Amino acid sequence: MPLAGHADSRQRTNSVTLSMQTHVRPALLLGSLAVFTLIAFCVALTVGSVPLSLGHVVHALGGGGDALTRTLVLELRLPRAVAAFSVGGLLALAGALMQVLLRNPLADPYILGVSGGAAVGALLSLLFGLAGYWVSGSAFLGALISMLIVFVLAHGRGGWTPTRLLLTGIVVAFGWGAAISLLLVLSDNASLRGMLFWLMGDLSYRSGGWLALVVLIVGVVVCLPFARHLNVLARGETLAEALGVAVRPLSIAIYIVASLFTAVAVTEAGAIGFVGLVIPHLLRLVSGSDHRTLLPGAVLAGGSLLMLADTLARTVIAPEQLPVGVVTAAIGVPVFLYLLNRARGPL
Amino acid sequence: MNAPLLEARALTVTIAGKTVCRNLDLRLEAGDCLALLGPNGVGKTTLLHTLAGLRAAAQGEILLDGRPIKNVSRRRIAQRLGLLMQQPEDSLPASVLEIALIGRHPHIDFWRWESHADVNLARRALRLAGLEGLEQRVQSQLSGGERRRLDIATVLTQDSPTLLLDEPAHQLDLHYQLALLAHFCHLARDQGHSVIMSLHDVNLAVRFCAQVLLLFGQGETMLAPVTSLNAEILSRLFQTPVTAVHTPGGTVFLPG
Repeated sequence: MPLAGHADSRQRTNSVTLSMQTHVRPALLLGSLAVFTLIAFCVALTVGSVPLSLGHVVHALGGGGDALTRTLVLELRLPRAVAAFSVGGLLALAGALMQVLLRNPLADPYILGVSGGAAVGALLSLLFGLAGYWVSGSAFLGALISMLIVFVLAHGRGGWTPTRLLLTGIVVAFGWGAAISLLLVLSDNASLRGMLFWLMGDLSYRSGGWLALVVLIVGVVVCLPFARHLNVLARGETLAEALGVAVRPLSIAIYIVASLFTAVAVTEAGAIGFVGLVIPHLLRLVSGSDHRTLLPGAVLAGGSLLMLADTLARTVIAPEQLPVGVVTAAIGVPVFLYLLNRARGPL
Repeated sequence: MNAPLLEARALTVTIAGKTVCRNLDLRLEAGDCLALLGPNGVGKTTLLHTLAGLRAAAQGEILLDGRPIKNVSRRRIAQRLGLLMQQPEDSLPASVLEIALIGRHPHIDFWRWESHADVNLARRALRLAGLEGLEQRVQSQLSGGERRRLDIATVLTQDSPTLLLDEPAHQLDLHYQLALLAHFCHLARDQGHSVIMSLHDVNLAVRFCAQVLLLFGQGETMLAPVTSLNAEILSRLFQTPVTAVHTPGGTVFLPG
């Protein structure tokens, strides 16, 4: 008889398991991910056309060593590793947020058309032979325009439901897709290669690096206090409202913040696929669905995956470079399918 | 004198051009257990959501602890009033215990994590709902009835003085219908909660509730002690013949 209740030893064992569930396990997970991130960071700094020992790298980071090593580490590899980590972290964070906003496990940072807008901006400037900050500036502008269009259009007379938002975003993304095809057809052979690399995602055109890292850190600091609200919102809109969450302001904030993260990531490195969709899921499979663990975990996992992928992208067929988006997929797809196949529960 | 936990004054609720209730006065005090009865589509859910402050009333006022509910913050409302919804919404996967703990959200300060007391409340609610041992299960692996009991466990974990329950008996087997409705009844009678539950089974209302609120449609309502229910009123309410059968256990209403 379930109503009788029996507080026996079994229940005590359960609560021990539970306290592990709520405190030790997330700490363990985040700890291991932090170690993994550190390893990935070391790999990104030591591996390359000129292999460096860890000692040399540390020395160079401290301002010592010979000029060549210092240039390699401080001017080439460090900014690129930082950019890769920031972009990967931003995409994973944005993906996790979009999945909560749309209550849809298939949502990714690009689903609402932000990357499409950015791509059109970037390709337009490449088509006119512009480079550097012009490309990233117009990509960011394109992303903002797309974000605004979707926000205003999704806000129809019937209100702002996830389905309406999703449909608006997807349709706008289709529009951008057509514009991208048009721009590719119109472009000459010389700029076509650069455009394709931009579309696949590529860190060799990175612009700021440190700016993306600042955005990522601020983003994590802003999002983490709301992680429990995200847990509630993930259960459904009306339930969240009934449990005291101000759903509308929270949804709008998630939309704006996730779109901005995506815009910064795409501006920095083009439309790198896969990270934003799969990293949050990977974390859901491994750690459960508490966003207080999931958000920082996704940032660390996404960041290190992209650092490793970028290291591979610039070394595998050196001196030629691969678009990093190809590499993230090559690493991520098998890992994810393996975990998905092994998992007993979620999804 | 203490203000009632929940009060409606001259409440008129409309939805899609239809009037659910007109000039309804309702006072819910600690210990009250009220059944909400009416045919499909008459607006039971709409009325409950309005009382929960989730949608605006056309006219009249709703007071929570004596204060107009529209001036009370959502978080405060959630601390004082729990709503069991009829329909599940789209949601992301989570474990049974995680979902039950969601009920503690309004009680936990912004920067805090769930305490052991919160976890114990959730575990007790899960035990009451017969979900002990399934804490780590993912919700999608539960049966329909188990999911319904999980929703009930979440509301019990929320532990608010006023409970608005939209078809709590829906999808439950006989054992859990009786056990969980008896528990809600016990919360009202012995623990000072107040409960409104919409029900489709008149006999459950007769068995567990002291009062009934009938929604006839076109805004017509009737608030009465459950003992005043009879075959004639119920036949008119459901637009179908109802017979009262007197048994040693009390009066039972049967269709036909």
